[in-house]
Order: sequence, then structure tokens, then C-alpha cells
Amino acid sequence: MSKGRFGIHGGQYIPETLMNAVMELETAYHHYKDDPDFHRELTELLNEYAGRPSRLYFARRMTEDLGGAKIYLKREDLNHTGAHKINNVLGQALLAKKMGKTRLIAETGAGQHGVATVTAAALFGMECVVFMGEEDTRRQALNVYKMRLLGAQVVPVTTGTATLKDACSAAFREWTTRIADTHYCLGSVMGPHPFPTMVRDFQAVISKEIKQQLQEKEGKLPDAVIACVGGGSNAIGAFYHFIDDPSVRLIGCEAAGRGVDTPDTAATIATGRLGIFHGMKSYFCQDAFGQIAPVYSISAGLDYPGIGPEHAMLHDMGRAEYVPVTDEEAVNAFEYLSRTEGIIPAIESAHAVAHAIKLAPAMGKEQIIVVNISGRGDKDCVSIARYRGEEISE
Amino acid sequence: MSRIAEAFAHGKAFIPFLTCADPDLETTEAAVRAMAQAGADLIELGIPFSDPTAEGPVIQAANQRALAGGVTTDQIFDMVRRLREDVTTPMVFMTYANVVFSYGTERFLSTAAEIGMDGLILPDVPYEEKEEFAPVCRKYGLDFISLIAPTSEDRIAMIAREAEGFLYCVSSLGVTGVRTEITTDVGRMVSLAKEANPHIPCAIGFGISTPEQAAAMAAQSDGVIVGSAIVKLAGQYGRQAVPHIAAYVSSMKRALAKIKP
Repeated sequence: MSKGRFGIHGGQYIPETLMNAVMELETAYHHYKDDPDFHRELTELLNEYAGRPSRLYFARRMTEDLGGAKIYLKREDLNHTGAHKINNVLGQALLAKKMGKTRLIAETGAGQHGVATVTAAALFGMECVVFMGEEDTRRQALNVYKMRLLGAQVVPVTTGTATLKDACSAAFREWTTRIADTHYCLGSVMGPHPFPTMVRDFQAVISKEIKQQLQEKEGKLPDAVIACVGGGSNAIGAFYHFIDDPSVRLIGCEAAGRGVDTPDTAATIATGRLGIFHGMKSYFCQDAFGQIAPVYSISAGLDYPGIGPEHAMLHDMGRAEYVPVTDEEAVNAFEYLSRTEGIIPAIESAHAVAHAIKLAPAMGKEQIIVVNISGRGDKDCVSIARYRGEEISE
Repeated sequence: MSRIAEAFAHGKAFIPFLTCADPDLETTEAAVRAMAQAGADLIELGIPFSDPTAEGPVIQAANQRALAGGVTTDQIFDMVRRLREDVTTPMVFMTYANVVFSYGTERFLSTAAEIGMDGLILPDVPYEEKEEFAPVCRKYGLDFISLIAPTSEDRIAMIAREAEGFLYCVSSLGVTGVRTEITTDVGRMVSLAKEANPHIPCAIGFGISTPEQAAAMAAQSDGVIVGSAIVKLAGQYGRQAVPHIAAYVSSMKRALAKIKP
């Protein structure tokens, strides 16, 4: 079995052309991940530039309204660039710079990872190209503008379904074309080894902080941690330091789209099966002959037909639960959190909020749920308004 | 001698590639017969995949056209069964790991052997992952074809030593597609491979489209693989593509015949 396995999942299913590149990356990552200078530099960037640690906020009105478990919100939406994506990007960009790379490429769905990558490129004086499905460039026009403003070339991808998976394929293709000066800054815990491990390590700061902050506020562990899952980077970040605490329920919320019994869904654990794609073995939405399914979700960031290999393993082990949340439930939660707490979550994060709304009333008042608010919702206002039948322009 | 070795036994080999079912299986079947008659030494049959990450725009579009027509792996197997009633040219499947894995690797390869295929190329399965596929290929008498790339460097010897059938030498960085110029020192790649495994035939692919390029590449190797240039003809002429493809294969074959082994 090759490197980078999570149970049977993971691996390095990529063209030979990229093998030396991922091996070089792995060597560099192993060197720097235990290097105190690298850590000092990264921590300073995370704190001074990205605004970490992010707050763990007690959602009093939501808790009272639901009448069950105490709800805390991990405010990744307050990070610079408005989402958890910056945690991973600063790590990878710093690593790429140490490796002597001068150019970053990235895929993006909702645009949050793209914006974060371009931001890091601007900060480090690197060139940047972002691949984005043409369909998503329409859904997330504001983020496209931001990326251009920050100095990136945004390449609309028209092949396949013109969404996140196609953007990811385009970025892989570009990397095989230009390797020497280019680092592929992958945005989630997916792809070939070492990406799933490396991205997880960079995002694990989320659960490290939650654990510490909750200890200070409540003196105990949470009973459940809830996060949305596309590829799964914010979820693995929120879960990681609780994996060895069996009393903590770990719940990933997949995008069910119009429902898991319809073809318009992106819920991989609910509807997918084992496969090999984008460099990894994991669960994928696919047809009987292994053709990757065109997936759908109102959320461009969860609109991916696979799930990171570590989540696939946590699912196999029964350590984490994965639940589908529909567009309708997510939109309701988007509006609910805005009105109840004055916090507009990303539509991705609203999937996690929706499950908390279902779960909290059934739990005891002494119990604690932490919901990871992985990003802010400004980018989604136009499409949510449209969902409600209202046309607004930015 | 396996049928693939036979392909390299009569001078420089010409290896055309075609995406199955672009635009339909009847055309593919006729094109394969025509390519065999025109002198193709080995034929690569592409089983379309929804997300072919190693392909450039031409073959990506062919994959999409084929899948839009609703073709399945089983229908492609049936086409090969019909071809094998008269075509004896060695044939290998070229597809992506998930097409084989999802079908059931054992079931896919036992069927491939039964219908008369000779090998399998999976561009998204590097040396490190081949143990999942190569032993099953061996069990059913198929060759699992390995690839080396311009970036392989110190990996070439390791890959070549375990190569079966032939070694697919990727001429350029990037994805498949026609290139005006090939700048990689492919001669050096081939000689490094031959040092590690003197008996493995080396065929060069990616970017080759003209008879001149084919001759230049074949002079440094045992044969050339051409995909995008043929798939482009299939895309351009649709159901009328067969004579165009046959004429193209003949012209490439003539260019290679001039090179002394």
C-alpha cells in the first residue's frame, strides 16, 4: 500500500509527471512541520495577519430559542478573507516560498479558497492563477472581482459540469504543465498524499483553539462538534483534536441539495461509493460504470462529488457521523442565524447550523454543541435572495 | 512472445489511439479495422471517463461526446468481441483508475482478457499504486503498461525495471495534445530506461502529430503513440471519419517505415 493512507482511503493516484513534485512537497513539508522557525513565522501570520485565534462565541439567543444544549459558534468567519481557508493557505504559501516556488495555482468553488490564495500570493509577492468553474464564476461574481483586484488571473473552466471538480481537474492539468516554479495550493483535505495530511494539520488549529477556549469557558469538552463537509477541510480542522475523545460526537453535514433521493445532490457519504479520483481513494458520487456524477448544491463550496480520505476513514470506523442537509434547510438556517444572533453565515456553514437546530432541542441544557461557522455569508446574499424569488444586484 | 512484443518486432511501431464511441461505437469499430489494415502495430482503445485529468482539450471533448451518447464499459467490451473475430492487431485499453476499480478490477481484467485485449494503461496510476492493478493484469495475461515522464529523472530506472509490455514515454510536460515542438531530451529518457531494462520496448507519446515528428521520435525509440491528432479527425468528420483516419495512419506508417531499426 502506498503512502498517505487513512485506512483503505487516500494514496497517490496521479500521473507520473507529478510524482516527483508531490514527493518534493512531502519532503519539504516533513522538514518544515517540525521546524520551530517555520512555526513561529506561521503563527505570527495567523495571529497578526489573519486575526487568530478566532472567537468561540456563546450563542445565547439561539440556545434559549432552541431550549436544549448550549450552542457555541466557532467564528472562522471572522478570519481575514472571511473563512477558514486562510489557515491552510498561509501554511502552504509559506511552505511554497521556502521551497523556492514563485507562483501559486488553486481551484476554487465558492471563491473563498481562491480569495485566500490570491491574498497570500499578494502578501508574499507571488504570481497567482485561480481556476473556477464558469457556473461558479456566475454564482460568486463578487469573489471573482476580489481575486482580480488582489492580482490574480481567474480562469473560468468550461469543461464537464463547469463547477468545483472541473476547476480542480483544470488545476491538476496546469500543474503537470508547469511544475518547476509552481505550487498547487489545494484548498481541501483531498487530492494525493501529502495534501490531505498537510491541509488537515494546517486546519487543526480550529479544534486546538476550540478545546482550549471551551476549557476556559466551561471547563469541559463539548458533547458535539458540527461542521459542514464538501472536501472536508473545515470539518477535519474542527474535529481533529477531538478524535481521541470518544465522548465528543463529531458530525459532518453534507450538502443534500434538493434531497438525497433526487439526482440533484452532493451528499457523498449518503449517495456515493468507493472510488478513485483526483489523486485519492475515497467515497465518490458516481454511476454504475464509475463515471463521476454531476453533483448539485445551492452552495458552490460543497458542490463536490467526493470527500477527503480521512473523513471516509472516520465514517468507516463510525467515529464521525455524516448527515445530509438540504438547500431548503440550509437557507432557513442562513436566515435563522442572521436574525437570531446577527451573524450571517456562509451558505456552506449554514448546513452545519441547520443540523444544530435539529439536534439541540433533543439534548440536555447542560450539554454543549460547537458549530463551526467556517465562513461569512456576504458572498451568498445575492443567490439566497434569488432562492427566495427576489432579484438584487450588488 | 506476447502479442504486444509482436507489435515491436517489425521495425518502428505505430500506435494510434482512439476514444471509443466518439461519435458512436459503429464508427469506432470501423475505424479500428481500418487502422489495423493501414498498418497500425498496436491500437489503444480509450474507454471514456467523465473527468480525464491527463487529457488536453481534444481528448477531453471526445470523452464528453462519447459519454453524452450513453456508451458503457460493457458496450465497449462487446465491440472488442466483434473486432476480435477478424482483427489480430494487439490492442490495449487506455482509461482511468476509477473506470476499472468501479467495475471491479478482477471482473474488468478477466473480461478484458476473455475478449482478447492485451494490456491496460492507467495514466492516473503511478508506480507507487500499481500493485493494486498490475498483479491482477498478470493473473489474466495482460500487460500493465507503465509510463515515464520528463520529470521522472531518478525514477526512470525503478519504473523501467518492472515495466511490462512496453514503456510509455511521455514526451512533454502537461496533458495530451498536439504540440508544434517537443523540447524534452527523449533520447536520454529512452537510454536511461534501456539501461535499466534492455528488453523493454519504449514508445513515445504526447504531442506527436506530423510524419516528421513521428520519424524524429521513432529514431530515438521503438515506436510512437498518436492520440489527439486522430481524435481530432474523429471530432471533425464524425461518422465519416474512417477513411480520413485510415489515410492518416498510412501516412504515419510510411514515415516510420523509412527508419532503419
